Amino acid sequence: MTRFASTELDERNRRVEWLFRTLFLMMTLILIVPVALILGVLIYKGSPVISWEFLTTIPRDGMTAGGIMPAFVGTIWIVTVALIASVPVGIASAIYLSEYAPDNWLTRVINLAIINLAGVPSIVHALFGLGAFVTFAGFGTSILAASLTLAVMTLPVVIVSTRESLQAVPYAFREACWNMGATRWQTIRRIVLPNSVSGILTGVILEVSRTAGETAPIMFTGAAFFLPFLPQSVFDQTMAMSLHLFVISTQVPGVDEALPYGVALVLIGMVLAMNATSIGFRVYLRGKKKW
Amino acid sequence: MSVRNLTVSYGEEAVLRDVSLDIREGEIFGIIGPANSGKTTFLRALNRMEEFDPAMKVEGTILLNGRDTSQVRNVYALRRRIGVVFPLPVGLPLSIYENVAFSPRLAGIRKRAELDEIVERCLRRAALWDEVKDRLNALGSLLSGGQQQRLTIARALSQEPELLLLDEFSIAVDPVTTMRIEDVLKELKEEVTIVLVTNLVQQARRLADRTAFILEGDLVEVGETEDLFTGPVLDQRTRDYVEGRFG
Repeated sequence: MTRFASTELDERNRRVEWLFRTLFLMMTLILIVPVALILGVLIYKGSPVISWEFLTTIPRDGMTAGGIMPAFVGTIWIVTVALIASVPVGIASAIYLSEYAPDNWLTRVINLAIINLAGVPSIVHALFGLGAFVTFAGFGTSILAASLTLAVMTLPVVIVSTRESLQAVPYAFREACWNMGATRWQTIRRIVLPNSVSGILTGVILEVSRTAGETAPIMFTGAAFFLPFLPQSVFDQTMAMSLHLFVISTQVPGVDEALPYGVALVLIGMVLAMNATSIGFRVYLRGKKKW
Repeated sequence: MSVRNLTVSYGEEAVLRDVSLDIREGEIFGIIGPANSGKTTFLRALNRMEEFDPAMKVEGTILLNGRDTSQVRNVYALRRRIGVVFPLPVGLPLSIYENVAFSPRLAGIRKRAELDEIVERCLRRAALWDEVKDRLNALGSLLSGGQQQRLTIARALSQEPELLLLDEFSIAVDPVTTMRIEDVLKELKEEVTIVLVTNLVQQARRLADRTAFILEGDLVEVGETEDLFTGPVLDQRTRDYVEGRFG
């Protein structure tokens, strides 16, 4: 029995172990606090204004009352066009970087560019979009210009998450295919992509939720202060949820206090719905473990 | 198949130096040697895998059916003539059926009946058919290690290879399965030339008609397998290795 008696040192180790465990747990729990507070306040203050009418009518009385339909629809337009622009480019370049790129200076430069692109502040992207898409490309302030600006901004997210999903497919599968005489593309199409598609979709959905909430990049490039019509094409301007929230919170006097909270609640609802889909995919992925 | 003055290096370091040997049609050719002597590299060079490894550099000539493989332009067709089995079994994350049908599909075979026939024949020859015939749609990557290794062999056979390369196939496989695979190999050598890399000296003795001993990148000795064990001593290192004095 005595052989297992704790020494002074064992006791100390145990106390330190408990201390750190508790510390890390506390830090983790603190994470929940802002999320819970934000959601709580939004639901408490915002839910009274949410109604079918709120979602389907245009703002009235100088935006101090009425619904949010143009902004709601506009955000869906902007996000959709941004996705159409960024997802194919992002996935294709991720496949190149993960499956084809040799380890040389060009690849390193590209990787550096991706990291830097991810680090550029969104207001800088806004100015870039204004110069490149609105003025130089001649799209004017339009959904197209706003979406392309967002697409450039979110490309690194798509590339990095796609590349990680591709890298998660074991290298041994690739080697086995190559040894059987498969080309790189045959290997990618038959083995690598089918087994990383859920991860790629997860990344794309996370990108959507980020795109939906961005304000600065669309402010100068396509989102309108007030526009009581629905956009008819990608060359139209549109209202957007994020900018509308900013406008009625700070720029318009006399707005009913509940209104901004209602807009924020709808916006966060859109984002959370997207994230829920993403979580669903991940659960599906885990359920279909293939090796 | 003839290998002449094969030197393979990774970066500055030569892993195989000036190896020349002949592999006869329809034999099991053993390659023995301690870890890191270049045995696996030899197989990779045969299959021209340097395409996927920029650091790997191959010099010398490899003749398959009298053709210099480095001059073959359709390297994918070349690799289809060569089946490879790895040390750790790799069942692709496809169904058992699709694992075996993978290579025939690459070769352009689309007809279901033809694929069915190939899948059954290859699984039978790899001694796996009876265990999996009722669940061909189950995932190949979730079979047991020994089953996956036989699946890998079935997959290699589906390529209709002229040459079957086995790289320490029994390393992750239980003894019973190992014996079954060894029996399979003895039957297969009627139709296909087999190169068997192994770190089990006795496995080479059981299976190989002729054996090469590679040590630290140099081909020390090549000859009838039994001669390496009991014939006149040509190189003392070979005898020391096969009798277990080092390695």
